[in-house]
Amino acid sequence: MMYEILEKLELNKDVDLFKIKAPLVAKNTKPGNFVIVRVDKLGERIPLTIVESDSESITIISQKVGFSTKLLSKKEKGDFIEDVVGPLGEAIKIKNIKNLIAIAGGVGAAPLYPQLKSYHSSGTKIDLIIGAKDKEHLLLMDKFAEVCENIFVTTDDGSVGRKGFVTEVLKERLKDKSYDFSITIGPLIMMKNVLLINKDYNLPTDVSLNPIMIDGTGMCGNCRVSINGKNHFACVEGPDFSAEGIDFDELISRQRYYKDKEHVCNLRLGESDD
Amino acid sequence: MIKRTIMPVLDPSIRNTSFSEVAQGYSLNQVKIEASRCLDCKNPRCVTACPVNIDIPRFIKLILEDRFRDAYCTIYSDNILPAVCGRVCPQEKQCEGACVLGVKFEPVAIGALERYLGDYSLEHNVFRQEIIIDNGKKVAIIGSGPAGLACAAQIRRMGYSTDVYEALHEFGGVLKYGIPEFRLPKSIVDTEIDRLKSLGINFYKNVIIGKTLTIEQLFNELNYQAIFIGSGAGLPSSLGIKGENLNGVYYANEFLTRVNLMKANNFPFSATPIKVGETVAVVGGGNVAMDAARTAKRLGAKKVIIIYRRDMESLPARLEEIHHADEEGIDFMLLLNPVEIIGENYEVKSVKCQRMVLGEPDESGRRKPIPIEEYETIDINNLIVAIGQSPNPIIKKSTPNLEVDKWGCIKVNDYQTSIPGVFAGGDIVTGAATVILAMGAGKTAAFNIDKYIKTL
Repeated sequence: MMYEILEKLELNKDVDLFKIKAPLVAKNTKPGNFVIVRVDKLGERIPLTIVESDSESITIISQKVGFSTKLLSKKEKGDFIEDVVGPLGEAIKIKNIKNLIAIAGGVGAAPLYPQLKSYHSSGTKIDLIIGAKDKEHLLLMDKFAEVCENIFVTTDDGSVGRKGFVTEVLKERLKDKSYDFSITIGPLIMMKNVLLINKDYNLPTDVSLNPIMIDGTGMCGNCRVSINGKNHFACVEGPDFSAEGIDFDELISRQRYYKDKEHVCNLRLGESDD
Repeated sequence: MIKRTIMPVLDPSIRNTSFSEVAQGYSLNQVKIEASRCLDCKNPRCVTACPVNIDIPRFIKLILEDRFRDAYCTIYSDNILPAVCGRVCPQEKQCEGACVLGVKFEPVAIGALERYLGDYSLEHNVFRQEIIIDNGKKVAIIGSGPAGLACAAQIRRMGYSTDVYEALHEFGGVLKYGIPEFRLPKSIVDTEIDRLKSLGINFYKNVIIGKTLTIEQLFNELNYQAIFIGSGAGLPSSLGIKGENLNGVYYANEFLTRVNLMKANNFPFSATPIKVGETVAVVGGGNVAMDAARTAKRLGAKKVIIIYRRDMESLPARLEEIHHADEEGIDFMLLLNPVEIIGENYEVKSVKCQRMVLGEPDESGRRKPIPIEEYETIDINNLIVAIGQSPNPIIKKSTPNLEVDKWGCIKVNDYQTSIPGVFAGGDIVTGAATVILAMGAGKTAAFNIDKYIKTL
């Protein structure tokens, strides 16, 4: 059995959206779940968040960061993906929150969206700070507009919104307004810095982690994360965790462990490393 | 008495760069000689010592009569994976351990004979066509490892429509992700599983029971009359010491899965990478530790060390595996227990170990290691943790009324769990054990499932 791509949208030059036919995965999917995808018979197993699902299909968003995501980006509508397994991870547990501040960085907007959608439908008021490289790399803006009260945009180059980082806007927001909860998803270094700011305001913060995984069922232990000195497996206990106590520096280094191998692998795609 | 025939093996110098199978198997001539050593005892202790009670004297007699097909079928009726079990069973503790010849001489090499017949059948595509009359009832099997496969075969033979659900993208469970190619070629696993497909068993990959479908959904929406859980011991045990999350530290499960299932040894042709430095330490003394050590050597490690807290005699691994590891130049550092993994920039650099002495025998009958105030630090590039696995908790998590013990093993009574119609067997019940014990459990559970469904 293979998994057909029903729809492909190039969201920008680095990020694609795929709607994949996978009724059995879709059946039990809840917000916060992810899938493990293997593009072809020689492929790696890579985790990707389920952004949306209906009875027949799931939607994933993938950024071309490594060999396998680049390989995935070469697939078109009507093509097939070798393996899609899920739904994996713990679904989000909606907390009773009045005012939520959400912070998205880059492709982190994809896993953030299903969470905000759930919070919105349970009556939470949401302010979103969303940052990206430039205008083109801002994701899912239409969808966020439907579920957020206010959206604050930052870009690295200032092509839209404020030039700079989400953390600068966050500091201002927290001075102005009182929130009772925060969710942040993006690059590890961004989440680490957001947590540092939120701590000053005693603002509890959730993050979603995306470490390297193989099986996604708690078998291999590759995705282990140190939280307050204790080991957790992101694939089965996560991907969402309370940010307090997470060893982000360890995670950052674990995320990079195979980076030098990427170069060798990319030669297969006929590309040099970028 | 003729001496036991020695199994030809691949030269150790070739092995260090190759994933080809080490044990080469007997020639026809060797098979005949070895079979002729069987005394054909009146009360064959080997049969009782076999977890699935294969009629060993009978298949050996058939070998001597050149009736290889019949000899194969004799095994197959009790054991659906002869080519696998002939390779990975701990025969020295089972059939061969009980062989009368072993008292004064050396036991008959029953495992090697079984392997020959398994391979013979696969090569010549000879097997007995089985006629199965469908009874219109459905059973779901969770996991396509040894327990699940054995249960599936047995339950299918009784006429049940049988669906096997596998979480990974390939079938075989631990036979695929755990046991390395040089001990068990994956093509053999695939061919033996294909034979089961020909019995009419349906196999579904990428279905994680507890996630993709729940036990409740299997009953209520898919209308299975009974379910067998054989999801194995897929949770790695941790050392619980400082430095375990440093880069370069692998759990054996991850290390072996990257190579066995994901074929990292063929990187970049296969997209999954693995990193092996000059010196690799493996903590543990079981078969998994030997597999990890020998795999590391093949991936280019110059020095591979097994660190084990007891002595050589207490190593739980099969003698054959220890012997092969030794031949391949694996070093054994014994009576040492890691207390800290030391790193630099989040990458492992060395492991600090505490010296142990052996005290009085513990509940396992082995002398208990006692730490003394002496330490040794070993410079390493990788550390592989191979100190055991416990049951995978995914099914339990989504099935609150499924009772488990404090180690997470599913509680059973005659293979029946706390939920009516849900049976379990193999490592998920016993904790990590052997392929054949799991197969024995799966097979016996099938009879109990049949009994149960007949009472409905």
